[in-house]
Amino acid sequence: MQISAKITLLLTPLLLAVAYTTFAERKIIGYMQIRIGPNRVGPRGFLQPIADALKLLTKEVIVPTNANRYLFLTAPVLAIAPSLAAWAVVPFDDGMAIADINAGLLYILALTSLGVYGIIVAGWASNSRYALLGSLRSAAQIISYEIAMGFALVGVIMAAGSLNLGEIVEAQRGSVYHWFLLPLLPLFLVYFISGVAETNRAPFDVAEGESEIVAGFHVEYSGMAFAVFFLAEYANMILISALTALLFLGGWLSPLEGLLPQAAFALPVIGWVLDGGIHWFLAKTAFFLFLFLWFRATFPRYRYDQIMRLGWKVLIPVTIVWLFLEGVAVAFGLGPWFA
Amino acid sequence: MATAILQFFKTFMLWELLVGLKLTGRHLFRRKITVQFPEENTPISPRFRGLHALRRYPNGEERCIACKLCEAVCPALAITIESALREDGTRRTTRYDIDLFKCIYCGFCEEACPVDSIVETHIQHYHFESRGEQIMTKEKLLAIGDKYEAEIAAARAADAPYR
Repeated sequence: MQISAKITLLLTPLLLAVAYTTFAERKIIGYMQIRIGPNRVGPRGFLQPIADALKLLTKEVIVPTNANRYLFLTAPVLAIAPSLAAWAVVPFDDGMAIADINAGLLYILALTSLGVYGIIVAGWASNSRYALLGSLRSAAQIISYEIAMGFALVGVIMAAGSLNLGEIVEAQRGSVYHWFLLPLLPLFLVYFISGVAETNRAPFDVAEGESEIVAGFHVEYSGMAFAVFFLAEYANMILISALTALLFLGGWLSPLEGLLPQAAFALPVIGWVLDGGIHWFLAKTAFFLFLFLWFRATFPRYRYDQIMRLGWKVLIPVTIVWLFLEGVAVAFGLGPWFA
Repeated sequence: MATAILQFFKTFMLWELLVGLKLTGRHLFRRKITVQFPEENTPISPRFRGLHALRRYPNGEERCIACKLCEAVCPALAITIESALREDGTRRTTRYDIDLFKCIYCGFCEEACPVDSIVETHIQHYHFESRGEQIMTKEKLLAIGDKYEAEIAAARAADAPYR
């Protein structure tokens, strides 16, 4: 297949998913606040994200006086490009990735770290105090949590013995107990918490912090430039969810594998559903995406110094301790994971 | 000491966070309390004080006798009344204006009225499209009274035992 066709096939559903994540977010948070959320545009409100997109498309992109016009308009692109490019190595099914490269995990770490430049540049180029404060907070936060996140991923690499995302998933084959969720439970928690912090989502959304700094780095943005920041944030959320599913929950592997007899997987249609495949991967991703929204409906925003304390004094020590224990387990070949 | 250790483990098991998630998770399935506004309305008390109206007797005679008690009691000075003798020798208003921008919907005019003429109805959704429309003249008030007499009477009857 042509590479451009593959990219279209990946990005179209992805951007649709981004649009409908905003809808799901409003619905789910509404339901948790015993409201019903948007339900006016189209049947049951299902055209709401389309209406939002059209509204933002037709609005003017205002460039503030004394803002650095060139950087101001480049920043949204800097934010969204890495979050879309990172999807290149994500395998949806066995071998179903645009680029099956050996340093896949490293590539993703590198690209997700680049996303912060969009935020920093946006904050600086806006020539606004709030925007600058927001981008400073965001930069400090992302750098702090990158370390814990990286360490958590080192645990996965040690267990799988590979940086290739496909091989990491294959290393978890066997049954639910072979998934890295169980042996690496602390690292899984650290990874997901850092992931929430990396995407600047509640309860770590001090970069936006509407009660203190209005909207943080994107105060001065309007219209499509603002929408692009939003797309980047939600694409990142989906990416973190997908990665959590791949690294700790066995990606496309079926949770029923090893539990049901082999004959069950040979059944005509049911067998296909029960067996591993892209649907399991999407279901796991959707579950973590739901967690993002659930967190936002539940937790109040962290104070800034508490965020720093959690990142440096809790998450990093926890990962280091667990890496040491895991190293011992690998050295002694503790089965079934490290054998 | 033991509680401190317990607390330590609770913190690492994210106990409090799980309790919070459980709460919001339960609310996800709760019955929703949203009132779908244009189609649905919140319940209104019979005492609700909305748009004003002037009532008539069943024989079609207007109730208002131009005693000007409402004008006197109005704390916002929203009511302006002028009166004159009618051919049959009774005193009637020639002008009865309520400025709805001044009105604070306290309901004192209704309480002061000896003949239950001026009332505040349950009507709460209304608007003005040009300057000057907020002055409710006698004709407009009587028209509202004529249109909603059944509902006005029903609301008074429902509230009568508590007056």
